[in-house]
Amino acid sequence: MNLHSPATYLSLLTFLPAAAAVVVCFLPKDQDEFVKKWTLGATVVAFLLSLGMLVGWPGIAFQIGEPGMQHVFSVDWIPSFQVHYMMGIDGISLPLVVLTTLISMLAMGASWPITKHVKAYCMLFLLLETGMIGVFLALDFFLFYVFWEVMLLPMYFLIGVWGGPRREYAAIKFFLFTLFGSVLMLIALLMLYYSSDLRPLDAGLLAEVGISQTDIEAIQAADTPQHTFNLLALQELGQTTDQFKNRLAGKTYEWWAFLLLFVGFVIKVPSVPLHTWLPDAHVEAPTPISMILAGILLKMGGYGLLRIAYPICPEAAYDLAMFVCTLGVVSMVYGAFAALAQTDFKRLVAYSSISHMGYVVLGLGVWSATAGTDYNPDYWKMGMNGALFQMIAHGISSAGMFFMVGLLYDRVHHRDLNQFGGIFGKMPLSSGLAIGIFFAGLGLPGLCGFIGEFFVVLATWKFSIPLAVVSAAVVILTAGYILWTLQRVYLGADYTGPHAEALTPITKRELSIAAPLLALALLFGVYPRALLDTMEPSVSQTVERLAEWKERDDQAKETRQDSGKTTRQARRLTNHHQQQLTTPSP
Amino acid sequence: MTFQSLVDNLVNDTLQVSLPLYWPEMVLCATIVLLLLARLIKGFSRVDPFLYAIVGTIAALALSAPTDGFATLDQLQRTELFTGMLVYDGVTVYLRLVLLLFAVLMVVLTKLTGLADRIEGQDFYVLLLGATLGMCIMASANHLMTIFLGVEMASVPSYVLVGILRGRRRASEAALKYAIFGAGAAGVMLYGISLLAGLLGTAHLPTLGLQLAQLDLPGMIAEGQELGTLAALVLAGLMVGVGLAFKLSAVPFHFWCPDAFEGGTAEVAGFLSVASKAAALALLVRVTLAVCAPQASPLPQTAMLSEDPTATVVTTPERSSEIPLDTPLAPVRTYVALFIGIVAAVTCTFGNLAAFGQTNIKRMLAYSTIAHAGYMMMPIAAVALLAGSSPEGAEQAVASLLIYLGVYLFMNLAAFAIIAFLRNAIGSEEIEDYGGLISSAPVVTACMVVVMASLLGIPPLAGFLGKFAAFAVLAQAGTPLTLTLLVIAGLNTVVSLVYYWRVVQTMCLRPEPATRGPLTLGLTPVVYVVLVTLPLFLLFLFPAPLTNLARDAATQLFP
Repeated sequence: MNLHSPATYLSLLTFLPAAAAVVVCFLPKDQDEFVKKWTLGATVVAFLLSLGMLVGWPGIAFQIGEPGMQHVFSVDWIPSFQVHYMMGIDGISLPLVVLTTLISMLAMGASWPITKHVKAYCMLFLLLETGMIGVFLALDFFLFYVFWEVMLLPMYFLIGVWGGPRREYAAIKFFLFTLFGSVLMLIALLMLYYSSDLRPLDAGLLAEVGISQTDIEAIQAADTPQHTFNLLALQELGQTTDQFKNRLAGKTYEWWAFLLLFVGFVIKVPSVPLHTWLPDAHVEAPTPISMILAGILLKMGGYGLLRIAYPICPEAAYDLAMFVCTLGVVSMVYGAFAALAQTDFKRLVAYSSISHMGYVVLGLGVWSATAGTDYNPDYWKMGMNGALFQMIAHGISSAGMFFMVGLLYDRVHHRDLNQFGGIFGKMPLSSGLAIGIFFAGLGLPGLCGFIGEFFVVLATWKFSIPLAVVSAAVVILTAGYILWTLQRVYLGADYTGPHAEALTPITKRELSIAAPLLALALLFGVYPRALLDTMEPSVSQTVERLAEWKERDDQAKETRQDSGKTTRQARRLTNHHQQQLTTPSP
Repeated sequence: MTFQSLVDNLVNDTLQVSLPLYWPEMVLCATIVLLLLARLIKGFSRVDPFLYAIVGTIAALALSAPTDGFATLDQLQRTELFTGMLVYDGVTVYLRLVLLLFAVLMVVLTKLTGLADRIEGQDFYVLLLGATLGMCIMASANHLMTIFLGVEMASVPSYVLVGILRGRRRASEAALKYAIFGAGAAGVMLYGISLLAGLLGTAHLPTLGLQLAQLDLPGMIAEGQELGTLAALVLAGLMVGVGLAFKLSAVPFHFWCPDAFEGGTAEVAGFLSVASKAAALALLVRVTLAVCAPQASPLPQTAMLSEDPTATVVTTPERSSEIPLDTPLAPVRTYVALFIGIVAAVTCTFGNLAAFGQTNIKRMLAYSTIAHAGYMMMPIAAVALLAGSSPEGAEQAVASLLIYLGVYLFMNLAAFAIIAFLRNAIGSEEIEDYGGLISSAPVVTACMVVVMASLLGIPPLAGFLGKFAAFAVLAQAGTPLTLTLLVIAGLNTVVSLVYYWRVVQTMCLRPEPATRGPLTLGLTPVVYVVLVTLPLFLLFLFPAPLTNLARDAATQLFP
């Protein structure tokens, strides 16, 4: 096994947890402690593997500052549908992969209190991790979809078997919502696949998007359309050709595909009004699974928008920019108000997730690069970078928040905010950590939550002042519910609720989960470049390409209007135009 | 042509061409006869009938491999057998493999569940193999008479199979209902066949299509002439459709299906849900292709040799090739596509909605079967649409149906096998009684979860591959009709989650019902269930063999 080739390394990273799950299947039944340790070991190895790319493992070292896709490899999988087993990393996916392995590791550490059916729990947990890593690495739409769905079954059982009192309802609701979203995605996927044709792209570009030399020759020699699931190629086709512009019921295919993809992804984010699965799922899930749900699964929606919906369907994304941004702001406001009204600690954190993920949708959607701004993408870059930063930051802070809630719940077995109070006196260290993590979620300057929100609000100002004002005002609401919660739970005279005797100090295991999260929150808050340097080039390149597309598109429309005078002239210009459009920009 | 040369030709055709390609069916016939005679002869009657059945079906399966090997399946020429009554092509090969593989697995299953014991075994296997024989004929039918013959040969043994458990009122009632329904549908279909044959002067399917092309339907519709003929044609199409819809359990001819499944044993229900559906879909493809994209027969003398007196008006291939086939058949294609599309959409939606309220797992799976029949009919609507404009597209549509069928075999076989074994173990087929099986029968429950997820169609299971292939065809055709079907099928998938998942939920999350005694499952049933569930993973992870086989099988449909 050659660990220096991207194919082996990335496959190992993805399937190591699944392989470990198969081993768990054959471990003895009564060795719960050993099974947990084995699973933790597997997640640690996966984490180290994902770090290996950052620290420069030979052959797979990640080049910081390089905007394009790195270490792309592609193997034939289902030839009849041109499906490839294709993966790669760039500045957008790498931070998310590392976040995934990190949170999985910490969540497994947080799984020690689980005593019911430990073997099954560990197997499902590991399968879930494989699905999550795969989603962020896949560069083939079909493969992406497969990994996306692979997570469904383990997640259903993890909520349904190990969850709280209403677990069955929460689990099936989660499944139903996600399945609905993915069916929409499947329809969009098929529409895009059958409209795509690789032939207009020249050989150099085809090689760049990871298509092998023999395939390129076959594509260029073909006389029928060559469809593709290659995400990089689909992005190129969406931005430089007219292939997705067939009309259907008054709108282009692209518009419909964007709408379907957007709804599919936004269910996962989730945005109001498709968020109702989240409070149920988060509240009923056991603590480690809530950490994964909030820390990683929600990020997949944002990642899908950034990687698939926006680059492939720019025209539709531009048309619907206002809609997307408004949805983001509505989620922020709604989530914050809903959080204010909660009495269940975990439910409050769940609603705060909805509110915080609204920043991600808003940051992605602020399309400021228009004719009015001279196609200057700087503000939008800020928004997209802010959105991605917010995804990572929220991954850290929300996982921490759910863990701190779980820590209390394990001791006192209730989550009623009105029965808490005075925890600080009994558990000073854990309360200190919790307050730090909640401040990170609040967006206090100096902690990770601030950077992303600040960037997004700043970018929104250039797009729409009213939205910027509202989104900035949400910070007050956030501060309101978080401070009020901290006050109700940790401050106060004395704890008077049930199980007061169980409030023991934080254990070493718990400390080793909470402390790294707070440390990362601090690190990214004080020195955001640790993260921005890695992701900024890739995000900015995505934005620049979309801004260039907008400029080309506007010019095309102008020439079309000017040339409307004489038909001959028009025809000549459109021809000229099509030539321009079909010759891809370098 | 003298009578002597006619006879010589016929003998030649039968012995040289037809019989060598007809070995699997002949082996089935021999096995049936042997099973029947074995009872009468002392020495033979001591042998377990299972042995005859398994040897016979395995031999038939081995013989159904294409004569030149699998590598050249995509060059397999279409050959008409028995003077045009049957056709041997890639689709025949593929479906015979599916049907006979299923028969082998079914014979083993019924042995393991004890349905076919030493005494009853002979009857059971005779009926099972007889029905399989009929289904093979359906899959290769090329003549309206063989269509009817195949449907009846497949149906009559099925009626008996449903009621094979003597002394059970539900079983007898189900069998009677099935038989009456079947007889009615057969009658209507026969009327339709006679109308078609009478109007078009032939019952040979390819010729029928050519005759239809010569009628100049677009002109007749435009000028409003001969409305009577048009109406009779539409009526004939509808009536043949009724017969097919009955076999497919398409709405509104599905009423027999839940009752037959619930009343019959789980094994028989599995047989009906897989083999019977596969054959009926093949038949639908044959009829659709015949009227939407007729092929000139490559053996002109067979058409002339036909004993069917109406076949004398057959157009010779030279003449037919001059007729542009595209335009005159356009109204037929639209009619067939619309008809199949609407029935498919209604069937699929109805099946899924009706499955909601079911408490008996066999009844629920009956509605699930109905829904799947709907999904599988959708690509055929695309075949009808694409037949004229894009033969490659139509080939892919047929191939995707074949992929779906290949996957569907394992899904439903595994589901019904689990039901049968659990029935033996706990004596119940109510979903409620499956509560908490995860702790007492973990392996079988895990397999059931896999099967349900596969029926639902989520990756990484083969059910998704089939669904994806079918959906892909709809997106590829890209017409408003197929895109509507795509959306309907997608939404149906979401709806179906609820009832498939109720089984999973009960088995994994609910406590055991207090009334259930201890559960014992032997090692063999578990191994069998695992073996038929495993392909659901393997076919998804390594789909190339199946997809290539299906593609090759469909390649020569439009030479």
